[in-house]
Amino acid sequence: MLNAIRPGDWLTMLAGGAVTVWLMSVCWNGGAADRAIVRSGGKVFRELPLSPDSQLHVPGPLGISVITIHDRQARIESDPSPRQYCVRQGWLKQAGEIAICLPNEISVELAGRTKNYDSLNY
Amino acid sequence: MMPSLKLETSSEDHHLARMAAAALGLSVLEAAIPSPLPGVKPGLANIVTLIVLARYGWRAAAWVSLLRVMAGSLLFGNFLAPGFFLSLSGAVCSLLVLAASRHLSQRLFGTISQSILAAFAHIAGQMAVVYLWLIPHAGIAWLLPIFAAAALLFGTVNGIIAARFLSSPATPP
Repeated sequence: MLNAIRPGDWLTMLAGGAVTVWLMSVCWNGGAADRAIVRSGGKVFRELPLSPDSQLHVPGPLGISVITIHDRQARIESDPSPRQYCVRQGWLKQAGEIAICLPNEISVELAGRTKNYDSLNY
Repeated sequence: MMPSLKLETSSEDHHLARMAAAALGLSVLEAAIPSPLPGVKPGLANIVTLIVLARYGWRAAAWVSLLRVMAGSLLFGNFLAPGFFLSLSGAVCSLLVLAASRHLSQRLFGTISQSILAAFAHIAGQMAVVYLWLIPHAGIAWLLPIFAAAALLFGTVNGIIAARFLSSPATPP
């Protein structure tokens, strides 16, 4: 069976596999993010574009959270919450990623052109 | 009295019709196989197209492929329905790619390569029709990797089957 396969056929198979993997990476990711949605107390506080770099101070019940946008990524740089989970989450890169500071009721979510459904809410 | 109409048919016509009938038989057979996703089909009829292409050239393959699409749609009752145009666009794209694939080195690239290329062209043509006409929504992009994986798998399997047929000594038609 294998002797029917010519060298170029392996090449074609490899190319087909590469195309398939490439399609997976393109079609099955949240896609490129182009803005950060900042929420405070459940309401949208501000929508920030991911460029240019910027910094935003968001007031919450415990104090001020600082959100930083740098190099098309976003993070919560500082937050008054006791356990600092959202700060330690680090940089958000892809659409759909979210960092939430529950005690201070602040969240940052990256969104692309098409908003993916949130499996936690739907 | 009506003059009787007689179509002059050559033995080549008969041969093409026999090949198309074989492809049609495989289409019907395949329709009985349940598919997890509409559109994911083995495309067994393309084995016939590949064999005809290798033995009798591109023109014969085009005839067999398009006759199979036409007759198949009449048989399944979807002539001029969306399913027919999906088959047609897939078949036409495959044939165009197969025409181009003849310029590849015969020594390096065999029937299996042609089969895989045609399978990808098939799905590309179908998705183009789906996107431009039937479901103009970016959400169908989510299905692309599944179709591509199916094209790779079935393209390879069909190509191996066709290559096996072709490597066995030719039987008179």
